[in-house]
Amino acid sequence: MELQARVPAGPIEAKWDAHRHHLKLVNPANKRKYDVIVVGSGLAGASAAATLAELGYNVQCFCFQDSPRRAHSIAAQGGINAAKNYQNDGDSVWRLFYDTVKGGDFRSREANVHRLAQISVNIIDQCVAQGVPFAREYGGLLANRSFGGAQVSRTFYARGQTGQQLLLGAYQALARQIGAGKVKMFPRTEMLDVIVVDGKARGIVARDLVTGAVRSHVGHAVVLATGGYANVYFLSTNAKGCNVTATWRAHKRGAAFANPCFTQIHPTCIPPSGDYQSKLTLMSESLRNDGRIWVPQRPADKRPPIAIPDAERDYYLERLYPSFGNLTPRDIASRRAKEVCDEGRGVGPTGIGVYLDFRDAIQRLGRQTIADRYGNLFAMYRQITGEDPYDVPMRIYPAPHYTMGGLWVDYNLMSTVPGLYVIGEANFSDHGANRLGASALMQGLADGYFVLPYTIGDYLTQGGLPVVDDEHAAVKDVEREVHGRVERLLGVNGNRSVDAFHRELGRLMWERCGMSRTREGLHEALERIPALRERFWREVRVPGRGEDLNQSLEKAGRVADFMEFAELMCHDALHREESCGAHFREEYQTPEGEAKRDDERYAYVAAWEFTGVGEKPALHRERLSFENVPLSQRSYK
Amino acid sequence: MNLVLHVWRQAGPVAQGEFARYDARDVSEHMSFLELLDVINEDLIAKGEEPIAFEHDCREGICGSCGMMINGEAHGPVRGVTVCQLHLRSFRDGDELWVEPWRATAFPVLKDLVVDRGALDRMIQAGGFVSVRAGSAPDANAIPIPKDDADLAFDAATCIGCGACVAACPNASAMLFTAAKVAHLGLLPQGQPERDRRVLAMVGRMDAEGFGGCTNHAECEAACPKEISIDFIARMNRDCVRAALR
Repeated sequence: MELQARVPAGPIEAKWDAHRHHLKLVNPANKRKYDVIVVGSGLAGASAAATLAELGYNVQCFCFQDSPRRAHSIAAQGGINAAKNYQNDGDSVWRLFYDTVKGGDFRSREANVHRLAQISVNIIDQCVAQGVPFAREYGGLLANRSFGGAQVSRTFYARGQTGQQLLLGAYQALARQIGAGKVKMFPRTEMLDVIVVDGKARGIVARDLVTGAVRSHVGHAVVLATGGYANVYFLSTNAKGCNVTATWRAHKRGAAFANPCFTQIHPTCIPPSGDYQSKLTLMSESLRNDGRIWVPQRPADKRPPIAIPDAERDYYLERLYPSFGNLTPRDIASRRAKEVCDEGRGVGPTGIGVYLDFRDAIQRLGRQTIADRYGNLFAMYRQITGEDPYDVPMRIYPAPHYTMGGLWVDYNLMSTVPGLYVIGEANFSDHGANRLGASALMQGLADGYFVLPYTIGDYLTQGGLPVVDDEHAAVKDVEREVHGRVERLLGVNGNRSVDAFHRELGRLMWERCGMSRTREGLHEALERIPALRERFWREVRVPGRGEDLNQSLEKAGRVADFMEFAELMCHDALHREESCGAHFREEYQTPEGEAKRDDERYAYVAAWEFTGVGEKPALHRERLSFENVPLSQRSYK
Repeated sequence: MNLVLHVWRQAGPVAQGEFARYDARDVSEHMSFLELLDVINEDLIAKGEEPIAFEHDCREGICGSCGMMINGEAHGPVRGVTVCQLHLRSFRDGDELWVEPWRATAFPVLKDLVVDRGALDRMIQAGGFVSVRAGSAPDANAIPIPKDDADLAFDAATCIGCGACVAACPNASAMLFTAAKVAHLGLLPQGQPERDRRVLAMVGRMDAEGFGGCTNHAECEAACPKEISIDFIARMNRDCVRAALR
């Protein structure tokens, strides 16, 4: 396996433009002769499917939900970054680029990040034109707010529902193309494998989740926009259906998986309350604009928060990071929260939590302003916890939220399998070891609206894509394998539910490969995961039939893949003997407890090649060079 | 706390359905209603029975996947929430709950509590969009929009497409869903060029899908987890008349 990043030459500001000029174009009359398969209908998938169809390609789009509008992008709350500099506060493409590379702790590819910052401005234009109702000022112009890891106000938002509004924009663009017959939509259809013919991705095998029918869908290129894998932890802020299956199965067919251990733990989530807990709810990072984070100075201080005077409170982020305060990047805010809880200073009935307090903001700005900014978040918090954050500080705790790792892609967003493109959270490319807030929406839409539609055309013009139909031997082979797997899951007939196994795996991963990691812990996880996987295949019980709507079977397939994938995550975390961004190895920290990078040994992307289930994967390195943002230790002090 | 559930079980689209009784004992009041169904399902799986099929995904009230009738109320007794955000503290110990899928001709039952809401997607496909190709947009601040208009458009745009409005309506009408999209785009300058076409196409599709008409019960507004106002229906009716006359 060879990693060719295909980063164009030239100064960073000129790379993308120069590259676009050199990309070959498909004649407008020929575009309809190409079939492109898009898996996933979130921000990346819907925007890509809609844009490719607008250009004239035939698109088939797949999602496991009942409607493309339900993809998990919809749950993003806070906002989307763009270097518009509408606030005249010194923002620029360069600054957004710089902040993102630095925020990612120097483990992303500079050229990709710069392109992202350049395109960010077009995204806002596109979304407004679609009717996305961003927040506005009384003069009628767009409003902004600030987010973690930045000192400018560059985040565009739609109350606390920015992801929803952006997704509806992309979904409506997609719906228009479905109505026009240019996109054939397959809702309630789950991709279970990639079809590779003569070394090129030519289609997918998918299961109709209503009838259970397993069918092949072939085309000239395949685009995976299937999101992240934070549900490997069972408890995360992701929707219940989010899974690693599409990317994992592509990995098993030859796509390198990059930096799988880079998982973002979001600092502001509602703490878990009991064993029945099925997911964790995020409270938008935007709350950190006005909320102040604190714990009592004394351990085991059980007084109600209002009874604790300021002098006995520790606003630890403001104390440790005076210049960024409560707006330090997510990885730092999360780790510090864990630290104070480990010291016994956590709050709430479980001691797992820190306060996010709006008392001062309400005094300064008035209740109405706070309600305008965060009303729906406050209502959500009250609904879930039964406590009113206008009167009592919120309790928050970190939870798995986003995965920076993903399938390795080159500058064109193509994986190591020719013709297999990966966009949005499913790829690894732009966020390095830590993603800044409001950057995921930006990346999903940048990839889908403005990058992939150009680069995929260049691939298609290269030819070498003879007709492949459903009867092709390679297609039939993959179909047979998928059938076999479904039957195997149904045939185990053990005595333990899929969820029980998923919870066990999740707990193990959270403890050993979560917010902080150690060599011993990772070795232990690497011993326990194969044993757990073996038990899964011996003891799992999947009731019902394959030829039916069977939610247990859907979950079983996803958890079976998590069981294999978890091992790769631990291998990656173990091999990276440094701390960077969200990857915190306890052995490698500065005296102040900050992540200690080792640029000499680890300034590379770790791209893993599949060698067999339970086998040690093969490591390939893509060296990263930082010519524009000089390597430095991140400082938010 | 203890609860008794009677849950609609239906093996497939054409199968005969019936209520099955499940006793939930010693469950926490902090649990969400869907977590209660998880617990019941774990029991069923342990007993070798098929778990209750129900839709859910984000479990934070925004994806619109979940939805069921609880004692005849869409998303249950609490206003302004989806069933995934409904916590057991909203019920009393010993309550008996009847849990059913959305009931509407346009929403055929697929299995247990799962229905097919594809009709809502087809209405958006008919015209619920602004036709703007990627790359052709002017600068985002080129057209100032008065804050009040933007806010009102936003109120309409918060629809999550869950279908509770249809399920709550005695006529199984989709007027609130349709009106919300018509208003969201019709209130913004970007939506003006297609305003007439949009409303006619969406309403035409709505009728073709088998949804009923609106007779002003306002059950939709009461059931809507995003509390979208029926004022938007009046606005859509005006738009419809205007478009038909032009």
